Amino acid sequence: MTTKPENDVVARFARRHRLHAMEALPWLLIVVGFFLFPDYLALGAQILATTLFGLSVDLVLGYAGIVTLGHAAFFGVGAYTAGYLAAHGMGAPIIGLIAATAMAGAVGLLSGLIILRAQGLSILMLTLVVCVMLQEAANKATSITGGADGLQGMQVSPVLGLFRFDLYGKTAYWYAAIVLFLGWVVARTLVHSPFGRSLTGIRENVARMHAIGTPVFGRLLTIYTISAAMAGAAGALIADTTGLVALNAISVDFSGLILVMVIFGGVGRLYGAFVGVPLYMIAQDRFSQIDPTYWYFWIGLLLVVVVLFARGGVLGLIDMVWQRVQRRRKR
Amino acid sequence: MDSALSAAISIAFHGTAFAMVLYLVSVGLSVTMGLMGFVNLAHGVFAVAGGYFMTTLIFRLGVPFYLAVPLATLAVALLSVPLERFLYRPLYGASDLDQVLMTMGLVFMSVAVGKYFWGPTAQPFYPPSALSGQLQFGLRSFPAYRSFLIGSGAALVTLLWLGLDRTRFGAQIRAAVDNRQMAQSVGINTSRLFTLAFALGSALAALGGSLGAEIMAISPSYALDHLVYFLIVVAVGGLGTIRGPFVAAMLLGISDTAFKYLLPEFGAFFIYALTMAVLLWKPRGLFGQA
Repeated sequence: MTTKPENDVVARFARRHRLHAMEALPWLLIVVGFFLFPDYLALGAQILATTLFGLSVDLVLGYAGIVTLGHAAFFGVGAYTAGYLAAHGMGAPIIGLIAATAMAGAVGLLSGLIILRAQGLSILMLTLVVCVMLQEAANKATSITGGADGLQGMQVSPVLGLFRFDLYGKTAYWYAAIVLFLGWVVARTLVHSPFGRSLTGIRENVARMHAIGTPVFGRLLTIYTISAAMAGAAGALIADTTGLVALNAISVDFSGLILVMVIFGGVGRLYGAFVGVPLYMIAQDRFSQIDPTYWYFWIGLLLVVVVLFARGGVLGLIDMVWQRVQRRRKR
Repeated sequence: MDSALSAAISIAFHGTAFAMVLYLVSVGLSVTMGLMGFVNLAHGVFAVAGGYFMTTLIFRLGVPFYLAVPLATLAVALLSVPLERFLYRPLYGASDLDQVLMTMGLVFMSVAVGKYFWGPTAQPFYPPSALSGQLQFGLRSFPAYRSFLIGSGAALVTLLWLGLDRTRFGAQIRAAVDNRQMAQSVGINTSRLFTLAFALGSALAALGGSLGAEIMAISPSYALDHLVYFLIVVAVGGLGTIRGPFVAAMLLGISDTAFKYLLPEFGAFFIYALTMAVLLWKPRGLFGQA
């Protein structure tokens, strides 16, 4: 008996949410990377933490369709929270991580309550203003944040009291990898839940989602808060693994750059950050040793080209090539 | 009492000079965002380009100031035409995100280009000898160059408003902002109008950037550093209006000067808080069409 076409469609929809074999690839690469590049583990840990930040941006941008130019605000809040605790005798990374996540989530909830009522360009402006406002606060509150000099005197203790952050970045690498994995589990579960589907609906057609009775504001606020908390966790990771927090963690520049990295990978695909962030940061590490001036020129040029000609980013290009191959095979 | 008065006068004076520069740079942005619905983060690039051209003409080629400013403005206006044609035009009607990213790419490139050709430090700028020193008004004296800035800014603003109110081109722009399709169907060539409006906005930005080089120093990261202020002027004033950004620029210029003078320990914090309050109260800006 042949299957009916409808069953095909149903089966395809059911398959969408199942784990695909390819989804193991990033984690395999992370494990392999540890053994292949023992000299670059410190950079690796930063890439993993930034990937978590990218993932949080993808949740609001790629799924809920909120264009934000200020997500570094939450990253910065997380970094400063963890850093402040570590500088005041509470250097246990797990405590810092939890506190940073909670703090950034709270700031995300509060600012979301205010700004998510706006639409379009106003939202973009308001995310930007929240970010510069927090940056200015961090800049001026020198007794808490150290201002323009950065936070001084962080004492980070070993993870769980067992694993000391070493000079080579081994502990940092695994610690960041595990937190990233947890973040990915949360993000993947959310995206494939009915909640996640309703976010995509809001992105594609707000009016219709209002019409079928979706509590649009509540949904947006929920994902914004979760994303902010995740960004805060990423900030705590960077703070604890590098032992530094500076003012640029909370800047509009950084908000823009993380957007760029996610776009290079491919937005709204959950794995855009996993592709874009490592590509960007590895390329930056290589090229900026030659000349950081040229680096910005090429990134800018690449950005213009990607927007005009390759809107899906790297993953979009791979998709396109893959579909062509498939079509040719069918013929 | 007298010191309070002179502080108030000084704040009003310097704030107004700053506001003129902010307005000249940002008014074109209001037109692009209102007319084309384009989120243009790269508007400051035209201002900084004007500033760079002017300082190069004056200090490397020995061109007098009064000739260098119009030449730099003209150069930027001409340069903006191909940019509009090949980079901006394909993205009219695209999503906010695409526009944000493309123009952010332009900003990054401008930072690198500025550093490559003019070095990482700010460009030196001295006003011409006739405009340096102090001017005496009654009992008080004011810096001559800033007085010139306020005067020429006011003249340009008047010219711009009259032009948009009285000329055919101005009427066409207003028609296209209100209803683009209707403007098109009554025979206005909106595509050419967009190019011209874009060039005009870029020219005004270049004028603001070059005249204001004394207040906002011309350096590679100019377009990035002042981006937030330009956006605030446009968003608070209201998109697609000409007068709204003027009020917003005056508010921003004077309150920024006042806060930095009276409460330097808070920096620009209150400016951002005020902006947020205005945007929540009126999401389309003070004078934006609802």
